[in-house]
Amino acid sequence: MNKVSMTVNGKAVSGEVEGRTLLSSFLRDDINLTGTHVGCDTSQCGACVVHVDGEAVKSCTMLAAEADGAEVKTIEGMANADGSLSVIQQAFQDHHGLQCGFCTPGMVMSAAALLKENPQPSEQEVRTYLEGNICRCTGYHNIVKAIMAASGQDVSVIAAE
Amino acid sequence: MYNFEFEKPGSVADAVAALGAEDAQALGGGQTLIPTLKQRLNQPSKLVSLSGIADMKGVSASGGMITIGGATTHATVAAEASAYPALAATAAHIGDPAVRNRGTIGGSLANNDPAACYPAALLGSGGSVKTDNRDIDADEYFQGMFSTALEEGEIITGVTFNIPEKANYQKFVQPASRFALVGVFVAKHADGVRVAITGASEDGVFRWSEAETALSSNFSAAALDGISVSADGMITDLHGTGAYRAHLLGILTKRAVAAAA
Repeated sequence: MNKVSMTVNGKAVSGEVEGRTLLSSFLRDDINLTGTHVGCDTSQCGACVVHVDGEAVKSCTMLAAEADGAEVKTIEGMANADGSLSVIQQAFQDHHGLQCGFCTPGMVMSAAALLKENPQPSEQEVRTYLEGNICRCTGYHNIVKAIMAASGQDVSVIAAE
Repeated sequence: MYNFEFEKPGSVADAVAALGAEDAQALGGGQTLIPTLKQRLNQPSKLVSLSGIADMKGVSASGGMITIGGATTHATVAAEASAYPALAATAAHIGDPAVRNRGTIGGSLANNDPAACYPAALLGSGGSVKTDNRDIDADEYFQGMFSTALEEGEIITGVTFNIPEKANYQKFVQPASRFALVGVFVAKHADGVRVAITGASEDGVFRWSEAETALSSNFSAAALDGISVSADGMITDLHGTGAYRAHLLGILTKRAVAAAA
């Protein structure tokens, strides 16, 4: 067993994990943050994306022991301090950027990582960045629209079909 | 996934020592190894993470060469290899953003997936793989699909690329895996042209010597007219036949020559 300590959404957490314990398993099963979803478990779908030391990673393809000492941020840490939705989350609601919602935690975490490195992405840049996040409901249009809107851009011209 | 011990040493020497344990294996970014373990295709007794070794990270360029630490992520190469733009562009299109934040150049080259991008970049550029105890020339390093000159327990500490006058990588993406269905790296050096092909051959990455000869005397897409690769020994799978890949690599080589900068 390996002792791990990390900061998750600003709070210090620690635990004991097996070598094989995935970061996604630690978050969901050990500290009960089930907002991080495991969709494919093969690192393709991106539902499990969280931020580790500020960078988007697929938490189903990183060992929990590797995150020892890291700052981790999950979907549970995205809302504003008063509990209201963050700009990105609100934009997903406003632009209907989800249907079943399963992929949404990963989409929001990837969107946040994109907007941090590229605050005003073009529609194409948003679509390219989301290559590792799969949504089986929306056809992506409204997700792209929500992310563009969250970046403060006019989205009235983006196709809505 | 079968269980294993986990160790994260802070130096190359400690990592080499840890890898001395029976059935111990090095862990780069884990973007291939962890999915492989999930499928129980591999059962190491211990994983030795290389991500805590500061000496194995970073990008530096001098004297017409660029050296990347073995534990450097694709995202860092994409952002920092400005001395070799074709290499930075290659790194920027591996996998997806979250994969690029974890996957490492040493991990990719040690695995030598027959459809990976870095093997084409290294074999196309020419250069060497630096390990904990020697330098291996790029032309000696790749020894077939998933096979390299690395010995058991040997660690890639760094990778050096010769920076050519012009280069370009063309990748025909297999959209589900983000690997190359076929990828072609063309590099025009002062002393000749190198063309490395990934994703196509059952023997893994290879140099297309006929194209190299033609392009060394005339670096233009037209120089490749009439030259083709036999479909024998090319990968056939549900994504494409060997004949398709043999055709595609010719097209991509022309595109790479036209786009080389």
